[in-house]
Amino acid sequence: MAKTLALVTVVSLAACILGSSQAAETTGLAPQRLVGMRRITQDQYRQIIADVFGKTIKLGGRFEPDQRDAGLLAVGASQVSVTASGFEQYDDMARSIAAQVVDEQHRPVMIPCAPASAQRPDDACAGKFLSSVGRVLYRRPLTQRELADEVKIASDVSSRLHDFYAGLGSALTGMLESAQFLFRQETARPAAADAAHLQLDGYSKASRLSFLLWNSAPDLPLLEAAEHGELDSSDGLARQADRMLASPRLEAGVRAFFSDMLGFSTFEGLAKDPVLYPKFSARIAADAQEQTLRTIVDLLLHQHGDYRDLFTTRTTFLTPLLGALYKIPVTTPDDLPDAWVRYEYPENAEQAGIISEASFVALHSQPGRSSPTVRGKALREVLLCQKVPDPPGNVNFALVQDTNNPDFKTARQRLTAHRSAPTCAGCHKIMDPIGLALENFDTTGAFRAMENGAPIDPSGEIDGIKFSDAKGLGKAIHDNPATTGCVVNRLFTYATGRTATKEEIGSMQRDFGQAFAKSGYDMKALLRSIATSNEFYRVAKPEIRADIPAASQLAQEGERR
Amino acid sequence: MNLAARLGRRRVLRGMLGGAAVTVGMPFLDCFLDTNGTALADGTQLPTIFATWFFGCGLNPGRWEPKTAGKLVDLGPELEPLRPYMSKVNVLSGFKVHLDGKPALPHITGRIAVSTGVVPAAGQKTALPSVDTIIADQIGNKTRFRSIEVSCIGSRNSESVRAGNIMNPSEVSPAALYTRIFGPDFRDPNAADFVPDPKVMARQSVLSGVKDQLTDLQQMIGAADKVRLEEYLTSVRQLEQQLDLELQKPEPLKACSIPQKPTGELTPSAEVDTMHTNHKLFVQLIANALACGQTRVANIALTEGLSTLRRSGNAVIHHTHTHEEPVDPKLGYQPNVAWFVGNVMTAMAEMIATFDGLKEGDRSLLDRMLVWVSTETGYAKVHSTDNIPALTVGGANGRVRTGQHIQTAGDPITRVGLTVQQAMGVPVNSWGGDSMSTSRTITEILA
Repeated sequence: MAKTLALVTVVSLAACILGSSQAAETTGLAPQRLVGMRRITQDQYRQIIADVFGKTIKLGGRFEPDQRDAGLLAVGASQVSVTASGFEQYDDMARSIAAQVVDEQHRPVMIPCAPASAQRPDDACAGKFLSSVGRVLYRRPLTQRELADEVKIASDVSSRLHDFYAGLGSALTGMLESAQFLFRQETARPAAADAAHLQLDGYSKASRLSFLLWNSAPDLPLLEAAEHGELDSSDGLARQADRMLASPRLEAGVRAFFSDMLGFSTFEGLAKDPVLYPKFSARIAADAQEQTLRTIVDLLLHQHGDYRDLFTTRTTFLTPLLGALYKIPVTTPDDLPDAWVRYEYPENAEQAGIISEASFVALHSQPGRSSPTVRGKALREVLLCQKVPDPPGNVNFALVQDTNNPDFKTARQRLTAHRSAPTCAGCHKIMDPIGLALENFDTTGAFRAMENGAPIDPSGEIDGIKFSDAKGLGKAIHDNPATTGCVVNRLFTYATGRTATKEEIGSMQRDFGQAFAKSGYDMKALLRSIATSNEFYRVAKPEIRADIPAASQLAQEGERR
Repeated sequence: MNLAARLGRRRVLRGMLGGAAVTVGMPFLDCFLDTNGTALADGTQLPTIFATWFFGCGLNPGRWEPKTAGKLVDLGPELEPLRPYMSKVNVLSGFKVHLDGKPALPHITGRIAVSTGVVPAAGQKTALPSVDTIIADQIGNKTRFRSIEVSCIGSRNSESVRAGNIMNPSEVSPAALYTRIFGPDFRDPNAADFVPDPKVMARQSVLSGVKDQLTDLQQMIGAADKVRLEEYLTSVRQLEQQLDLELQKPEPLKACSIPQKPTGELTPSAEVDTMHTNHKLFVQLIANALACGQTRVANIALTEGLSTLRRSGNAVIHHTHTHEEPVDPKLGYQPNVAWFVGNVMTAMAEMIATFDGLKEGDRSLLDRMLVWVSTETGYAKVHSTDNIPALTVGGANGRVRTGQHIQTAGDPITRVGLTVQQAMGVPVNSWGGDSMSTSRTITEILA
């Protein structure tokens, strides 16, 4: 019974989305220029399908892997295409989704009309459904030609298979595997007062806004705002941004951004040696990500906290499974053994802040042991946006981390030996001293005081600031000016799907950075200032030079983007 | 001309597919194969097949190269597991990546240079295709799958990259690969009855519509995105081709047998025993897929360039050992690294045994294969890009002479990629960039 009710509720929501969009005219749209093409990520695909068709639609199959570039999947999305095997998967998924949408269980609520005969084509009914669903999937109204083509596919297949719904399902399948759906296509026209840039059209703005704030396609009010040109005025844009920032769906957007920034996609395939670390499991890895995301959402959205406090907060969220890993007793209600529990680390605890959580220390480790170098590199690159140079060739690593060497029991001792080599010293001195501060957490994130029988010394320094342990490191990250500059940079890059130019980095730190500081490093304020800025919607005009071969321009363009 | 084209079969079937499924009883067309099953009856050889087999972290200099050049009469100790197959392999030593002053990013530069022929400049990426995709575009357009990529350690990455940095993702689960190849969409070439499915034609209409809607986009798109959109279009066409083939009675292939769905698959990981188990399942499936004409290009990655292979219960991975393990003064090499290399070479021998063990008449599948075995590093301990090991396996339908050791003193490794392309019929005379540019084929191994 409960299941049925849930189905009705979700399906009704979906029907509401589909039904009310019928009023939209399927007017032709003549975009001037396609300036961006970002493949929707796995999470976005899931979210859109849930938003449009409800959560009862199951997604079978696998996705083509997303790719990370410049530290973000959001940037990689601007560079990937769909490979042959990837398209097979999208096709499987599209057919499965379409079959569920038109099946007997869902069709009464999903499809806003009934055909004259279930065995024959009905162009009017098909058109009604396809135009409304197409508008949400393509994130703009279908052109008349697109709609006519979709209706024709539905009609042809309905005739061939003597089944109206099979035809409708086929047309829907086509939409779900079309480039229009799988890629966020941005169109732009020249900006009135700015010859060097193009200005995104209303629907492209709506998509940028919606994927930034909700990690999903625009909802109907946003599409309507785009249709009526509201997003071209700063008032109209601010109205929509404020509406979306006030929505509970903002949480999905914030989660998506931090999952991307913190590299959580790398958890897929993360393994720890089961003989050495029998407690670690895929379930713990999933809980570890959720722990950090809950901490972030609670502090930044629910408490309206200071971004920097993420690195010092004593508040976290645990499951009994995580409690076992961290050796913290977690009690849950009898009927909810896997429930999440809010937890305050005691004043004298070793942990505080998200860098002492398994989502950081376990992710940036090797399968069989911790790695101060990898952790130090991640701290620099992920949280401070500082690039650590790649290691040189022809380096002799002999004796460095031989854990059986009686003279070098701890990682600190081994790395100190390594740093004595001049070719290694330059980079290791910016990674190791901060990574070593996290050595009290083994490769799974569990606390340890000793390594190979010798006590661990977690003291160190970062950019001249000395600290005595992981909590001290968290405080130093909290106080480091690069920390807030980094999240501004990352969020803008994430939002636009490309690395910022040097000029943009300067202006974003000046404009967004100052506003962020003034707000007390309130994430919502930062999101708002980006979402309502001109910079967010500006697109550089691509230069096409006749004197350079197309192939090398192509490579350059790839680099620039 | 293929059978379907000769008989105009597809046209016939299209006409019959107005309504319910029809069964087209086909005689078992043995007459179209020669009596041995090694060629089609018109004398055409069964098609030549290309595969890559990649492993990371190289081999130890002085421990793998045969001592003598020319006919392969001896093997370095690290190649010892290949001894039973000496007549079927070529060992290529002394080839290197010429950096031309560009940075050697450990495990990355070598990999890109070996597979695309170009060393990326500092801070740049190459947008060039890897050799296997050039070959797949040449020979993979008539099969269900243009190519198949697998990783034996659970990484969805692959070494197969199409123009514009578009990477073909790897399958990590043998069971998933089985379903993809031999699942419901598989048409048994040797089945007596052939039942075309009218739903397949509905799917064709859908794909045709998807393609039609790209026309407007293609006209308003910039150069970099155009490549990506064209790649998407190529992928749509590949699926269309799969559907076309589903509507045709395939040519019979005597050696094609449908394997059982693999069991015993282990959750993919870089733990050595798991790697062996999944590698074995993968190569068997690929052998069956090749014998059944489902693809002509397969890319098998045993590990990634930075090899994460590990021994159960041991904290240190292969890659870390290559750098940190001291050279044993008595043995003269790193014993743990040698243990991992031994496992890599055992897996390679397993691969050869599987392809060679699938008999097609009096020959083996391997006889019509060219397998390019590559790695990204010479001496991994120091991230060297000199003396990067390379091997070829299989006679490529008589196009490649095997059983030789080709020894050079620092020739660009692009000579190997060029030779492989020419052996597979790619019309290319020179390949590679800057000092890696070469037009010198390894003529000794080309028949």
